[in-house]
Amino acid sequence: MELKTQPFVLNMGPHHPSTHGVFRMRLTLDGEVIVDLEPIFGYLHRGIEKLAEGRTYTQNIPFTDRFDYVAAMLNNLAYVLAVEKLAGVKVPERATYLRVIVAEMTRVARHLIAIGFLTNDLGAMMTPLLYMWREREKIVDLFDMVCGQRQTNNYIRVGGVSHDIPPEFLPALKKFLKEMPGFIAEYDQLLKENEILLARTKGVGILPADLAINCSCSGPMLRASGIKWDIRKADPYLIYDRFDFEIPTGTIGDVYDRYRVRIEEMRQSLRILEQAIEQLPQGDICAKVPHLLRPPKGDAYARIEASTGELGFYLVSDGSIAPYRYRVRSPELLNLTVLREISRGWKIADLIVIFGSIDIALGEVDR
Amino acid sequence: MNAWNYFVDLFARVRTDFVEWLQGFDLPSSLIIFLDSLIGILLVLLIVFPFVMLFIWMERRFIARMQIRPGPNRCGPLGLLYPVADAVKILLKELIMPKKGDKIVHWLAPVVLFFAALMLFAVFPIGGKGEYAEMGVFTDLNIGILYVVAIGSLTVIGIFMAGWASNNKYSLIGAMRGVAQLISYEVPMVLSIVGVVLIVGSLQMSEIVGKQTVPFILLQPLGFLIYFVGALTELNRSPMDMIEADSELTGGYFTEYSGMKFAMFFLGEYINTLAVAIIVTTLFLGGWKGPLLPVWIWFAIKVFAVFMFILWMRATLIRLRIDQVMAFSWKFLLPMALINIFVTAGEVLIWTEWMSGWESFPWPFIFVNFALAGALIVIWAKLFFKLGGGRVEIGGHRARYSQGYGANPQAPVS
Repeated sequence: MELKTQPFVLNMGPHHPSTHGVFRMRLTLDGEVIVDLEPIFGYLHRGIEKLAEGRTYTQNIPFTDRFDYVAAMLNNLAYVLAVEKLAGVKVPERATYLRVIVAEMTRVARHLIAIGFLTNDLGAMMTPLLYMWREREKIVDLFDMVCGQRQTNNYIRVGGVSHDIPPEFLPALKKFLKEMPGFIAEYDQLLKENEILLARTKGVGILPADLAINCSCSGPMLRASGIKWDIRKADPYLIYDRFDFEIPTGTIGDVYDRYRVRIEEMRQSLRILEQAIEQLPQGDICAKVPHLLRPPKGDAYARIEASTGELGFYLVSDGSIAPYRYRVRSPELLNLTVLREISRGWKIADLIVIFGSIDIALGEVDR
Repeated sequence: MNAWNYFVDLFARVRTDFVEWLQGFDLPSSLIIFLDSLIGILLVLLIVFPFVMLFIWMERRFIARMQIRPGPNRCGPLGLLYPVADAVKILLKELIMPKKGDKIVHWLAPVVLFFAALMLFAVFPIGGKGEYAEMGVFTDLNIGILYVVAIGSLTVIGIFMAGWASNNKYSLIGAMRGVAQLISYEVPMVLSIVGVVLIVGSLQMSEIVGKQTVPFILLQPLGFLIYFVGALTELNRSPMDMIEADSELTGGYFTEYSGMKFAMFFLGEYINTLAVAIIVTTLFLGGWKGPLLPVWIWFAIKVFAVFMFILWMRATLIRLRIDQVMAFSWKFLLPMALINIFVTAGEVLIWTEWMSGWESFPWPFIFVNFALAGALIVIWAKLFFKLGGGRVEIGGHRARYSQGYGANPQAPVS
């Protein structure tokens, strides 16, 4: 008798604990090995880009919270920067500093989530995630202090920010900055020297640098492949050229490198935060901007280094109170495009880890 | 004082006293045997279910504390009634049956797993002293440990039946992983028990405990480690919970189970965990033995300690990948278990030839065995990585399926 095997199709998602939302993959498997993968998204499509065309520029800010719903401040920031570019608004110094502070805090919180869920995908039973969550909780509490919202902050306004920081904010932030490097070092030590973690992540899901560039990857995905590309340095926005920080890069672009890059980026963010607090000037927090903003005809594209990559907003104005066209360059969607290439030939368990290391929030992929 | 003595020997004594009481009546002997077995079964259930309920509660609270959260604490004092609430909830759930699944096997699988797990408890000695020393829970088989190994490996049939009958690809992958993994870990696990059996010279569980003047973990450190890793895999607990793998396979073989059928898998798993904790206690930690306290309290303390250790592993470690797990069994645990048998056999030879048994002077052997175990693990670990180890090798499947991003993505993959 001759024994034969045949590949079979496994439909992973949209309801699956590790697809970070409602992502769906059609896997062709040979035993446990992935022969082919077809990503299918759109299950969380809410048509925000079209909805935005019917609302004023200010009304659109809360929508941006719902893109990458765990990094709302960064989404606010990117959109507001685009509007300011379109309308030519001058932002007060203090507001700019506050924006940098909340943006970097968001980055730390987002990376904590990314690493926590990566370990969850690796099979740790929630423990590292909950420890990461404890630190993230401190950050969201600080956000709560600033703007009354923990998750969907809606804090950054055209021309500045919505509220000035309360007097108790800076001491709390300083305390956090003092503790956090210790926590990061502790987690890093616990995770990076764990033999099982090394065995599961080293050499898995290698993303070559040229493929990363060709597929327009950005953020930690790109940097883990060894390319020093960070919008904060390459095309400085806000006041990032005033701060002293490094761009951490990986070497070969495997899952482990992506994890390392995120850990290092948190440390750099803390460095930026420390400098920003020191330099924080007094003054206005918001420029005088009319409620019904009517930017002149034209278009503008603003991009920032979000925690997952280059987040850009492209706006076209026809001189009315609502944008004529509103387009988001979603880093998470573009990072996902390499998933098929880097996970073919690995096992199901590796696919979950590779997918986790790309670090997506479906809100931004599907918009 | 009589009451205290009864308390001390409680579990070992209940059945003998009952049989004595029965013999006072004029009953046929077959009926006495039947009633005696009934009491034995009742005793098994009475011991197993409170333990399992406590385990479920402990798992939640203990892991919660490890994860810096308070854990469930609303239902009853300290959340002690959660297992009860769970049972009520799960009994009220609908039993869902996949449309194209195999109905009979789908029903049978949890039963097989559950009763295989329960049957283990027949031979565990949970206490004994003096005249009751020969007492198991149900019976004291003279091939006790062999029985445990044989019945323990029935679990895999339940798992495979569940995976096959569910008509679900996740379940099937989980079941396939399960079969591969459980069968390969059975080998080093049994071989590690051989060390203990060699020292004792008997397969009887009560005699294994009786002979332990020092816990065998001291004389058999390597055997203990191998058994423990093998047992974790057998239980499919972290870091070897490949069969369930909820982040990959959404529950593995019981993906399609609900209601009481699921509960039987769930309970079966905990009963198996309890069984492993008891086997570890019996073989390596000196069973019921201990100073001052009643025997069954000592027994419970040791079992809970082992269970805590298993929980600790679960709360801390990351899951391995299936090929790494298999490699670890065949390339690391199996050679280690074989070496362990050779070393133990040599020591037994020394004891019988030149000494009057190890009981008189075990200390040098303890040091030698610990040093040997440490050295062997370090040396073999290096060799293990030279053999390719559990690390990723880029080759094989990877080279076959990944034709590089330059290749035509639509091209058929050979």
